[in-house]
Amino acid sequence: MTETTPGPASPEDGGRRVHLDNAGAAVLHPLARQAYLQALDDGWADPRRLHSEGRRARRLLDAARESIAAGLGARTEDVHLAPSHTAVLHAAVSAVRSGRRRAGDRVVASAVERAAVLNAAAAPLPGVSPATEARAADGRSAGAGCVEAGTVEAGAVEKVRVDATGRVDLPAFVAALTSPGVALAALQHANGEVGTLQPVAEAAEAARAAGVPLLVDAGASLGHSPVDGAWDVLAADPADWGSVPGVGVLAVRPRVRWRATWPEDADPWFPGGVSVPAAFAAAVTLEATLADRAAQDARRRELVDRIRGAAASVPDTEVVGDPDARLPHVVTFSCLYVDGEALVGELDRAGFAVGSGSACTASTLEPSHVLAAMGVLTHGNVRIALDRSTTSQDVERFCAVLPGAVARVRSALGVEGL
Amino acid sequence: MSTPDAGGHSPADTADVHAEIAADVVVDARGLRCPIPVIRLAAAARDAAPGTMLSVLSTDPAARHDVPAWARMRGHAFVATDESAADDGTRVWSVTVRLGGAQ
Repeated sequence: MTETTPGPASPEDGGRRVHLDNAGAAVLHPLARQAYLQALDDGWADPRRLHSEGRRARRLLDAARESIAAGLGARTEDVHLAPSHTAVLHAAVSAVRSGRRRAGDRVVASAVERAAVLNAAAAPLPGVSPATEARAADGRSAGAGCVEAGTVEAGAVEKVRVDATGRVDLPAFVAALTSPGVALAALQHANGEVGTLQPVAEAAEAARAAGVPLLVDAGASLGHSPVDGAWDVLAADPADWGSVPGVGVLAVRPRVRWRATWPEDADPWFPGGVSVPAAFAAAVTLEATLADRAAQDARRRELVDRIRGAAASVPDTEVVGDPDARLPHVVTFSCLYVDGEALVGELDRAGFAVGSGSACTASTLEPSHVLAAMGVLTHGNVRIALDRSTTSQDVERFCAVLPGAVARVRSALGVEGL
Repeated sequence: MSTPDAGGHSPADTADVHAEIAADVVVDARGLRCPIPVIRLAAAARDAAPGTMLSVLSTDPAARHDVPAWARMRGHAFVATDESAADDGTRVWSVTVRLGGAQ
């Protein structure tokens, strides 16, 4: 990439790269590498084997599950480890849909759930065939219903609208989940793109009264914002709190009916199991992250407020998401008449890695469904998620660089006076 | 498939695309990616009187979100979005606003 603009890697800051795109893939927590390497040394073996090496790996894996369960406020046996957050969401949605087919096959979800949730809700249920129906009917699995032989129907997902801050319309969500034929309701703890917290406690109460399981995607929240026990199925993402990638966390209350839509395996939820070192690092970093969460919350909230102020003072720029009821470390804004890809490039040359929900920064033409559902500009979008390593100086420098970066992109597009 | 340098057309040029909406000015931004359709629309709006019905034609799906958002930020009223298909199957959105209509 050619450097055509001022600001990159200047000598006085030592050319420090500042990573402000930590949502879902944070800078590694200081303990993550150490825990991972230790578990590679001690837990490299297959935890299913019965020899000493296998048993040692098994002990590490069991300890990791137990520790993660404690962090979630769940029982160890209700926690299942997966290869990724996406795998967690796909499995949770499809297995609960399958287990509750007698109740119906509609999934109620906020319009701003992760694509993995919405896609899994709309997908045909895999493994539903006359043969599996017959097996299920005499087997241990829950919910074997009298479904017409051979039907494999796509699910019906009801996306409940959100307001301009990205918060779900709670009365509409409750009305949708209490109507007949609902297999599952899904409401994220907070939106990872714009930071807005969702009314999960109220939704959980309504879901419980209606007898509909509630999936809470805490992938953007756990480690950053308090996540209480208001869920039936919970998903969390270690890479989001600074652990190594390659593991996802699922917790399922014993009262939830589910049935695998994949082949049987010793690990019923995630066949083949999970990387022991990744699981161990996830547990160690979760414990450490929860231990100083409150301090990190206050520190990053203050830094985010500075960025919100700086962005809001850039002409024709809207800071989006709830200003108060939000994640402490996430801030998102959209600049009118700005090409998102060009702005990400400008900031990158100035030393800052940021995310974007603009279409031109994605692999498809479609912009972020979250920004679209909120009715805010999808172009010129910048997503920031601060990390524990983000300093006050980093934020100060970002705020200083931002107005010039926006102005350069606008100038290239010739939009002065519009 | 597009006429990127087109400014305002007469409504008759594109009557097939949005038969129901009687736009005074139509901006053809087909084939252009956001934010260009919004920028073209804003340039047309600068030269038009309050109350003008302005439509933008776009093949970029982002326009159907971004034009209403632009209208909100600029005090114009979002009127409607119509979707149609070009001869080659390309989806085309016609998004209409009324200038100054939010007051």
